[in-house]
Amino acid sequence: MIIKYFSWIKEHIGKSEEQIELPDHIKNVNELINYLNEIDEKYNLILDKKELIKIAVNKTYSSFDTNINDNDEIAFFPPVTGG
Amino acid sequence: MTKNSPLIKIKIQNEDFDVSVETKMLQQTNTGAIVNFVGIVRGYDEKNDQIIDSMTLEHYPGMTESEIEKIIVESYKKWELTGITVIHRVGDLKPSDQIVFVGVSSKHRQNAFNGCNFIMDWLKTKAPFWKVEEKNNKKNWVSFNESDNQALKKWEK
Repeated sequence: MIIKYFSWIKEHIGKSEEQIELPDHIKNVNELINYLNEIDEKYNLILDKKELIKIAVNKTYSSFDTNINDNDEIAFFPPVTGG
Repeated sequence: MTKNSPLIKIKIQNEDFDVSVETKMLQQTNTGAIVNFVGIVRGYDEKNDQIIDSMTLEHYPGMTESEIEKIIVESYKKWELTGITVIHRVGDLKPSDQIVFVGVSSKHRQNAFNGCNFIMDWLKTKAPFWKVEEKNNKKNWVSFNESDNQALKKWEK
């Protein structure tokens, strides 16, 4: 699975992208975040700012409840500020 | 050109764009009206009373284009547009630089005005771009402006 981070989330996590092997028991985005947070507490930012953070699964807007699998690309980013 | 197949152009690029070239392209769409919007990098942050030295924009390649495409499809169904061009710059920009171009053509002016406005409002809230401003040698990620969400309400009716 590829996980991407943008804007200040990328700066906090310290990378724009990482590849992980998704354990079988992880079924949705929420579980993924809890899992990452067990490995390193820097991912806690995503839980702390949950109301602010946007999620995309395979480049489509999704939510913390969206089901995921190992072939997916997940992205975490703040509200957009283009234009 | 049939009613259901407008000319569509979406570009995410570092380079500047030429409004007259884009307008000429929209003019070729068997149309009656063109409305262009050009966004410019502001040199002053009014909220924090600070001079902006430069700005950098990042985006999410692939998703940004597909979100813009969704907005465009919605817009031409709603406003009978004959041509739509969206160009958004990324990378390093300076105050007064052009940042975004939204140009639409339609047979009638109200549809062109509304279509352009609709695309810009949705682009501000959905298209994955993020701005970081440099002020006094400090970089700050720009926060989402709640008024951009409010602007969407006019399209609910």
